[in-house]
Amino acid sequence: LLVGGGAGFSGDRTDVAEPVVDTMIARGLPSVLIFETLAERTLALAQLARCVDPEGGYEPLLVEMLTPILAKCLANRVRIVSNFGAANPRAAARRIALLARELGLRPPRIAIVSGDDLSGADYRPLLREAIGPRIDQISVVSANAYLGAQPIAAALLAGADIVVAGRVADPSLVVGPALAHFGWAEDSWRHLGPATMAGHLLECGAQVTGGYFADPGRKDVPGLDDVGFPIGEIREDGSCEISKADGTGGYVTTATVKEQLLYEVHDPAAYLTPDVTADISDAQVTEISRDRVRVSGVRGHPRPATLKVNVCHEDGWLAEGEISYAGRGAEARARLAADVLRRRLAPLDLRVDLIGTLSVFADDAGRMLSQAPVGDARDVRLRVAASHQDKRTAERLTREVTALYTCGPAGGGGVRTSLRSRLDTLSCFVPRESIRAHYEFLP
Amino acid sequence: MSSVALHRLAHGRTGDKGNRSNISVIAYRPEDFALLVEQVTEARVAEIFRHRHPTRVTRYLLPKLHAMNFVIDDVLDGGVNSALNLDSHGKSLAFLLLDMTIEIPGGRT
Repeated sequence: LLVGGGAGFSGDRTDVAEPVVDTMIARGLPSVLIFETLAERTLALAQLARCVDPEGGYEPLLVEMLTPILAKCLANRVRIVSNFGAANPRAAARRIALLARELGLRPPRIAIVSGDDLSGADYRPLLREAIGPRIDQISVVSANAYLGAQPIAAALLAGADIVVAGRVADPSLVVGPALAHFGWAEDSWRHLGPATMAGHLLECGAQVTGGYFADPGRKDVPGLDDVGFPIGEIREDGSCEISKADGTGGYVTTATVKEQLLYEVHDPAAYLTPDVTADISDAQVTEISRDRVRVSGVRGHPRPATLKVNVCHEDGWLAEGEISYAGRGAEARARLAADVLRRRLAPLDLRVDLIGTLSVFADDAGRMLSQAPVGDARDVRLRVAASHQDKRTAERLTREVTALYTCGPAGGGGVRTSLRSRLDTLSCFVPRESIRAHYEFLP
Repeated sequence: MSSVALHRLAHGRTGDKGNRSNISVIAYRPEDFALLVEQVTEARVAEIFRHRHPTRVTRYLLPKLHAMNFVIDDVLDGGVNSALNLDSHGKSLAFLLLDMTIEIPGGRT
């Protein structure tokens, strides 16, 4: 079974899936294309979009992602599985059906996976049980359980061309098609463990083919501007070989695969998903040929009894402002500007960055910056940030940064400010039995 | 005895979940793995991130990959939704860890 990665996050490139589809068709094996587009925050943003427009709330780039490949996939039986339904899988399915009509294609059989959305009143007691009384003190924007591979597999076995889900665990986008294809039992942990890690390697798109990897002089990646997206060849025993789309840039090496294998992993013996507890403590990666790496030795243990739920809630306002200083004394002038802002904005706690000297490595409280010796950097961008529950209080920061033009140190230019509402996430676990994951076909 | 920066001997990347960061450290050459296990310890990693007040550093070894995985708790000022850092995911942090100095026993290159 071939599984191609068409997107690794919401906002990924939309011209990368076509070479993946072409390569899978040329290899002539049963094929599935996945799009992984849901980060922790993305679903909350989608829920807000759905509040504004009842037909919105799915992946904003849905049409751009599918337009280049939908005809080829339908003509060659390459099935599409994705969580791009986000907060509104049904509306996404309707939009895909419309797209197929617009493109003059046969009507695809589209399955909708649901059961993840726990934002309704019915689920409040369940969330209160899991989170405690705090649930009643926050303004909940979204609440979603991470579903597993079962409803995806069932939809594919029932003949779906396209499976549209909301929140499912990312690797389950790959485990679902593998379950359907190989007919493994739901508790065949020795198959589900390796298939889950294949999914883990494929779900971040270019991160296994040279993206998030290149480091000139150390790790030189050819053709990063045209980095190819990955294809996993999954075997009956669950093991896989990772390769990539033909005729593209990037590369697949044991180094890229090892980095991605450990990405966002905590205990390597217990990578938890709704499907299985995967164990990579004895995993091996071996280069088979150029741009083809085999992953073996992954084990599986019984799945957790609970499902993870993310609850997103409103969390005040984030204000940011930036201004540049260059030339002789630039760092001293940027530091003076920061002092002015601290005095003007007290008691608001400011984060201060001297971009070009010290910024992203440092902590919010400024401990690292206060210990750093004062230097004489000649091109410094001062950035300040603060958050506050009250919008007007946060907004003062943006006004004070702008005022530095005339009231601050000499030669300050290029002010940019932003004020955004914030969302925060609470995670909890609920009994598996309390969630009803299922699929249905779009009529 | 001579010393080199860890990034000469190993590569790695950062991942995040909530307020927890994980950073892989992967030896370029299998023969260097034992040296890394000896010197890239939980205590030294905790020291590198001291300014971020991590509450716990756990190291997992993956000898067949010649790799280790550091899990660093409460190191992201609240994580992607809450931190004021421009890099609220902490994507850059592997490069802070890979700046660590490794002592090379005499005669080895």
